[in-house]
Amino acid sequence: MKIAVLSGKGGTGKTFVSVNLAAVAGDAMYVDCDVEEPNGHLFFKPGAVKTRQVAVEIPLVDSERCTGCRVCVDFCNYHALAWVGGGVKIFDEICHSCGGCIILCPEKALTGKEKVIGQVQRGKSEAVTVLSGMLNPGIPSGVPIIKELLKGTEEKERVFIDCPPGSACIVMETVAAADYCILVTEPTVFGVHNLNMVWELVTLLGKPCGVVINKFVETENPAEKYCAEKEIDVIGRIPFDAELGLLNSNALIAVREKAKYGRLFGDLLARITGEVWL
Amino acid sequence: MKIAIPVNAKSMESAICQSFGRAPYYLFYDGEEGTSEFKENSACASQGGAGIKAAQLIVDEKADVLLTPRCGENAAQVLRGAGVKMYKTMNDSIRENIQAFKEGKLSELRDIHPGHHRG
Ligand code: SF4
Ligand code: SF4
Repeated sequence: MKIAVLSGKGGTGKTFVSVNLAAVAGDAMYVDCDVEEPNGHLFFKPGAVKTRQVAVEIPLVDSERCTGCRVCVDFCNYHALAWVGGGVKIFDEICHSCGGCIILCPEKALTGKEKVIGQVQRGKSEAVTVLSGMLNPGIPSGVPIIKELLKGTEEKERVFIDCPPGSACIVMETVAAADYCILVTEPTVFGVHNLNMVWELVTLLGKPCGVVINKFVETENPAEKYCAEKEIDVIGRIPFDAELGLLNSNALIAVREKAKYGRLFGDLLARITGEVWL
Repeated sequence: MKIAIPVNAKSMESAICQSFGRAPYYLFYDGEEGTSEFKENSACASQGGAGIKAAQLIVDEKADVLLTPRCGENAAQVLRGAGVKMYKTMNDSIRENIQAFKEGKLSELRDIHPGHHRG
């Protein structure tokens, strides 16, 4: 089973929840798909790390063959190509590597050249296999790295995917691969606004989901009310707890430090496993 | 001499648009004839390099100069590549800026911001 952990914005506790769930599950996999700011590995501090580069193809123009028909320039949806001073100019950092221009050029003047956009790291932390994707700065899309990460998720029974924040197309990629989605939110009005965005996304993709309320203080709160209205299950409530906050800000994994947090996340894991196998 | 300006509406009385790449229209003003023509920016709501597409339009219309409050690095590369000179507008009035340009009162655009697009 693949569990995607999402939140409408960063800093809600998405990494905290996915890291602790994977750690409490033991023989599991943690996959950090937040490729612009991966930080799960800071908690797991995995050993025996292997790194693999991820490359995409971007077009390269052979000016001898190019006749200036501009088919490629007009085609590119991302406007990564321009016709300037009698030649095709390619903006590498805008190109999304769709490959369309290379196929369409009637003169075969465009060919693909490899460009490294980031890397995938794989290591071990106790029984947990830790996979992290890292996107180089200035690269327009991390989707190829996420695809590479998700390829590695078939081998484990329990996989926890730490998704990128927000609800952009890169998030769709990770949600589409999941069997169940955990939506992490804070109990505030602002939290609910972001929760609604991700809820719409997972519902659109037809995925079952449940909400985890982080920094929970009292039962009467906007997140609880929202979930009741939309008939979304609240599968976990993580109390506002200074000790928990401290462990987290010191990049320690709470369930490995204190038995009571092990029980908290163990219960959450049992609940999720129950939901998925229903 | 053909002058291009990003504008908010198809009128000489409209304001100059604060964004070059995301402007809804471009005014092409012929300095000799005193005629003006407005072109729609098909890329104003698009993803990716809207500035590049906009710069392509300016180049294809064979403008000699662009008067704009700001411009991104990618667009500037296209414009420079085609020899279009860029000048900084002083306020949002189309007529006042054309006049100022003719009198040589506008300075060259220097603050080119880095183009950053994630999709
Ligand atoms: S499609 Fe091919 S021949 Fe036509 S402008 Fe592009 S590179 Fe040149
Ligand atoms: S590969 Fe696709 S995105 Fe890249 S320049 Fe060609 S058409 Fe544009």
